[in-house]
Amino acid sequence: MANGSSMDKPLTGDLRSDGAVLDLAAYEKAGGYEALRRVIKEMTPADVLKEITDSRLRGRGGAGFPTGQKWSFVPMGENAPTPKYLVANADEMEPGTFKDRMLLEGNPHLLIEGMILAAYTIQATDGYIFLRWAYKLAAERIVRALAEARDKGYLGKNILGSDYSFELDLHTSAGRYMCGEETGLLNALEGKRANPRAKPPFPQVSGLWGKPTIVQNVETLCNIAPILRNGAQWYLGLSRSEDGGTKLYGVSGKVKRPGAWELPLGTTIREILERRARGMQDGHQFRGVLPGGASTDFLVEEHLDTKMDYGSVQAAGSRLGTGLMVVLDDKTSVVGMVLNLERFFAQESCGWCTPCRDGLPWTARILQGLLEGRGRPGDLERLEMQTRMMGPGNTFCALAPGAMEPLQSALKYFREDFEKLIPSVLSHEISC
Amino acid sequence: MLTEQERERIRAEATHYDYPQAACVEALKIVQEGHRWVSDEHLKEVAGLLDMSPEALDSVATFYNLIFRKPVGENVILLCDSVSCWILGYENICAHLKTRLGVELGETTADGKFTLLPMACLGTCDRGPAMMVGSDLHRNLDNEKVDEILGRYRQTPEA
Repeated sequence: MANGSSMDKPLTGDLRSDGAVLDLAAYEKAGGYEALRRVIKEMTPADVLKEITDSRLRGRGGAGFPTGQKWSFVPMGENAPTPKYLVANADEMEPGTFKDRMLLEGNPHLLIEGMILAAYTIQATDGYIFLRWAYKLAAERIVRALAEARDKGYLGKNILGSDYSFELDLHTSAGRYMCGEETGLLNALEGKRANPRAKPPFPQVSGLWGKPTIVQNVETLCNIAPILRNGAQWYLGLSRSEDGGTKLYGVSGKVKRPGAWELPLGTTIREILERRARGMQDGHQFRGVLPGGASTDFLVEEHLDTKMDYGSVQAAGSRLGTGLMVVLDDKTSVVGMVLNLERFFAQESCGWCTPCRDGLPWTARILQGLLEGRGRPGDLERLEMQTRMMGPGNTFCALAPGAMEPLQSALKYFREDFEKLIPSVLSHEISC
Repeated sequence: MLTEQERERIRAEATHYDYPQAACVEALKIVQEGHRWVSDEHLKEVAGLLDMSPEALDSVATFYNLIFRKPVGENVILLCDSVSCWILGYENICAHLKTRLGVELGETTADGKFTLLPMACLGTCDRGPAMMVGSDLHRNLDNEKVDEILGRYRQTPEA
């Protein structure tokens, strides 16, 4: 039976405080693979899909797409193309984000069981865990866990004596933000440059090697086994929002106790910043926060009581994103921080489409000019133009629109910080 | 030339996928394990093993931050320059590393011990500034800690 902590915190309740991994025996003792045993005996793929849909689980990687709906697009039945694939996106590389590392290092079987259950639901026969290169410890632990699961009959041919078979392998990447983009990841897995693909067709229909494929974030997949073990109603009850479950939240920047915590979905920014991260370091004042990683709009003081769920953060003008916050303090240069972000995006752009390839370095150059005393009248208007030119719909994938989110919101909330760096504005003010 | 063992490992990786090309990143990493970087000669050999043109393989090799198409030192230092580490003091750590090593970003020390590279987010933002030296992650860096870490790698003979 699952213990009390894992009923409140299905993702992290069983994690060991000493940082050691839960091996198969420990995972099973905490209720692990119970869901798989039951599902494989008693539930059809359609039953599982209904339970996941009812749980109102949404993607935890950044885009927030409803998981049940995503799976429902996969062709099913005898005439469906084969093989079908399931891929875990473990290429965590959104600056400010360090949540999936915790799950991968601490409890790899939670991911593996979730993947087997997800694969069963869409009747996938092959799967990959697409892991970022930097997570060396996670890689070791995943390899060991895969072997344990195979030995026990949870993975491979005729899982637990059923007629369902699923093979799962680890793929470690070599470092590029674009690999986290769903279709870029598929190209990377095929051994090509991780440029994005045109959609439609969507990967659910035509993904890896042109076959139906689901790509799903690690945290999302780690929710699957607990939902099927305890039911959709239990999962909905964990949340303080209209969507189900808990969420891994985290804080980095000049706060007293940076870290990551599993809390009910819909916990407020204030509660996370003040109660979990214990507020700002002495001598530092809060100015703003990127709520869900580098590619989300800044929120400010007036938004602190916003619930960190999909709808509420969007209503406040940003995105839940990965749910891991980066805090801006009063001693840190706003323009410097935005330059750091835009340089990252410029470097990580795959160069496939022109607005992103040329627009991001241009944006970074303007920001750098401001900081180096070369600001010119019209620079802020040029930056605003970039946010429109690289806005949603003008680029091939979400990288550039994401890059524009911190910039456009910084120009809105911290405009004076930018204006100070343009000489003519200064002299104009002095002459008045 | 690749060793027979390296060629064998690359062929084995290719069997994990329905198409051999899918193993190309893994294959390039196997090359780097033995040779630190991927030369033109090695690139051509790997391409041959995986039914790819060298040009197609190079387009993949040059895409990734961690595939080196130029020689690197015995230890590659990957210093995180992304936003959380930047807020927490990346610039000071970077300046300190440059001084201690006598190199700029992208360069290798004269004794071939270290190559210093900037790296995008290492996913340990609550414990920045952070860097990796080879496969080892080092966090909560300050100048003293950096000196101590460099000292350790200076003493370690090449594995």
